[in-house]
Amino acid sequence: MKARVTVTLKNGVLDPQGKAIEGALKSLGIEGVESVRQGKVFEIELADGDKTKAEAALKAAADKLLANTVVENYRVEVLS
Amino acid sequence: MNAAVVLFPGSNREGDVASAIKRISGKAANIVWHADSDLPADTDLVVLPGGFSYGDYLRCGAIAARAPIMDAVRAHAERGGLVLGICNGFQILCEAQLLPGVLQRNAQLRFMCKEVFLRVERSDTPYTRRYNAGDVLKIPVAHGEGNYTADEETIKRLEGDGRVLFRYVSPEGKTDPKWNHNGATNSIAGILSEKLNVLGLMPHPENHVDPLIGPTDGRGLFESIKTVLEAA
Repeated sequence: MKARVTVTLKNGVLDPQGKAIEGALKSLGIEGVESVRQGKVFEIELADGDKTKAEAALKAAADKLLANTVVENYRVEVLS
Repeated sequence: MNAAVVLFPGSNREGDVASAIKRISGKAANIVWHADSDLPADTDLVVLPGGFSYGDYLRCGAIAARAPIMDAVRAHAERGGLVLGICNGFQILCEAQLLPGVLQRNAQLRFMCKEVFLRVERSDTPYTRRYNAGDVLKIPVAHGEGNYTADEETIKRLEGDGRVLFRYVSPEGKTDPKWNHNGATNSIAGILSEKLNVLGLMPHPENHVDPLIGPTDGRGLFESIKTVLEAA
């Protein structure tokens, strides 16, 4: 079973890396970029089983380690 | 004074802090492996040293904060024991939620390795009683992620309860964006836990204790700890 956890910065949290990337995109002449926020994606391979249980396990993983919920949000998806 | 310095894979300042402790207290610190589950029985000070634990993978300090030894460190802190986190140690304490907030990438995006000026905000804590409130110390920093950030509520609580112990300041002791090297909220360089027994700070006081190599402004912190523990 494939799963994905996406971790992003909460709104209002300063993202200097995103700002630097935004600046680089603009200097490359890529048009229409208004802002960039950088996040992380974890692709996780799970033993096959119950989807609800898998989601609960991924949520625990995100809460305990993958995200720092002081400044980050996360989204859990079981893909197949 | 029975100090335990926790060694994580990727720590690199454990020798510096152990040497400062030996120099000032006369007693060698125990080096404790991260995968152990207990601290030496008589430990009264736990130090989480600087470095790059787990290569800063995921987030600085994130993986070290979940190491087996951290349960013992948490229990020690809950008993009121002293826990000092320096640089990566501060990041680990935040990730372990022994201190609030996070240390984000420096606002100017560069790793910073230089001497800075710190103001001591109060002297009635186990870490600063050998200083006076308002003292300006010259202490080195070496970090890429030292930009202290927390939600508004937390900052208000830290400030209101006098839990900001050190701030980045000008040589005259004034807060100034120009001297707030990493962009930290309210120029915060070090904070205390609610019971004032856990301290996290980005600068390295352990590197300014030997007159042979420069200023000795960091000595006061270790002398304070020694005074408090010997009086106990």
